[in-house]
Amino acid sequence: MSSADIYREIILDYYRNPRNYGKIPDPDIAQRDSNPLCGDELEMHINIKDDKVSDVKFTGKGCAISQASASLLTELIMGKDFDYVKKLTKEDILDNLGLHDLGPARIKCALLSLKVLKSGLYSYLVDKIKDTASADKIKEEASGLY
Amino acid sequence: MQTSFINIEEIRKDFPILKRKVHKDKPLVYLDNAATTQKPIQVIEAISNYYMNYNSNIHRAVHELAEEATLAYETTRDKIAKFINAKNREEIVFVRGTTEAINLVAYAWGRQNINKDDIIVTTEYEHHSNIVPWQLVAKEKGAKLEYIGVDDNGELILDHLDTYLKTGKVKLVTFSQMSNVLGTITDSEEIVKRCKAHGVRVLIDGAQSVPHLKVDLQKLDCDFFAFSAHKMLGPTGVGVLWARKELLQAMVPFNGGGDMIREVHKYETTWNDLPYKFEAGTPNIADVIGFAAALDYLDKIGMDKVREHEMELTKYALDKLSQMKGIVLYGPKDITKRGGVISFNLGDIHPHDLATIIDEDGIAIRSGHHCAQVLMERLDVSATSRASFYIYNTKEEVDVFIRSLNRAKELFKL
Repeated sequence: MSSADIYREIILDYYRNPRNYGKIPDPDIAQRDSNPLCGDELEMHINIKDDKVSDVKFTGKGCAISQASASLLTELIMGKDFDYVKKLTKEDILDNLGLHDLGPARIKCALLSLKVLKSGLYSYLVDKIKDTASADKIKEEASGLY
Repeated sequence: MQTSFINIEEIRKDFPILKRKVHKDKPLVYLDNAATTQKPIQVIEAISNYYMNYNSNIHRAVHELAEEATLAYETTRDKIAKFINAKNREEIVFVRGTTEAINLVAYAWGRQNINKDDIIVTTEYEHHSNIVPWQLVAKEKGAKLEYIGVDDNGELILDHLDTYLKTGKVKLVTFSQMSNVLGTITDSEEIVKRCKAHGVRVLIDGAQSVPHLKVDLQKLDCDFFAFSAHKMLGPTGVGVLWARKELLQAMVPFNGGGDMIREVHKYETTWNDLPYKFEAGTPNIADVIGFAAALDYLDKIGMDKVREHEMELTKYALDKLSQMKGIVLYGPKDITKRGGVISFNLGDIHPHDLATIIDEDGIAIRSGHHCAQVLMERLDVSATSRASFYIYNTKEEVDVFIRSLNRAKELFKL
């Protein structure tokens, strides 16, 4: 896709005015990852209450695509059922960002946030609710994102 | 339009890749030469000629093909010795690249000579390949790794070196002769002089300097010197470690195996002569032969001419770039203190976004941390964009680059 299609108003807005930017003290889920090729960094904090995402925040640095994607992802999951969050796919992210046919180098930028989310969920499922069956499935999904 | 120093039009004809279009119809503007350079037809033909006409293993067999291959391979060694003004051909060791050369020194010299509480000094503008091998040695030996800082002009703060040297604990000072991010040309002779006064060994990473400057080892007077073929028109997978003969003689082998031995018995082995002691296994024969063609090509132009051309092009680009609103340029402003590498940031456009946008116009630049995360930390940025020039780049290409940067600014509404 062309740059004019990628860097539309919505992406630039999420990049320059990130939603839910910051940290949560003592969160239920804290997950960090980086893209070793370009150095994009992302950390996501999530609180879970009554099987819902009661709060989510992120910090990070990187390109417009990676930061816009993280920003949008926090909006997507805020207040949502835990089950919804577990089922989020990469198509959901790309559809919501309006990014299709990104090249192999840039799609990693768009999916870093989902990878961080899925890895965080994995640790949460294993450590806090001992649901190893779901956890393994999530882990597989996370590693399949790149 | 061309610089007054070399005939670029003639040179460009030798590079088949420069004829191709990218993104359907855009002429390729290749400004990622600090990562790797393009290859002239002479290099490509030297490699295919070896495979088509005299492919064989070297050094052992007595048949005609092997003799031709051995001669071609060893001739490259002589050409390298001449190119960097090394005294002895047996001081030239073929390796895979600069990274392997530095690792060889870290393994075969470092582990024998660096002990607990010793200090290894590197710099804040090193490539990861001149940091990580020394972290490994330092950890293993309980030695310390220290850094010569970089000032706001992108130059090394040599007072830091003096502070470390005064401790009497420094065993090695290792630095890049030209920064791959800032383009800064290190005052190498001054550093070596100060180190020699304290009896300290010096390794110079020449990956960015040998392709762009005349390098004279007799003047430099260092102990180890490393560089790669692929950044100077040659093939990937070939590099050179030069080291003083007496050091190579005292060092343990890096890899054990064929070709590096004199006699092998069940429990004992004696080593082959230099440089073969460090060239175990069948080497990258084809690409070493290809490298000779690259050296011939650069010799024909003359390294002084290469340098003058790049200075003119860099000045032209810096003049235009510095007029752009919102641009931050890194590295020395004095053109005589830098090579043809320009790192910058433009407004709040992340380098990856910028590289994606201008790639659409056929322009290849590098974006990211350039394997220099310690420097990124020092500059307090997560990444930079980097344009780097070579002998085939033109002022027209710089103009295309500037126009494309302006388009990126428009897309980002800057």
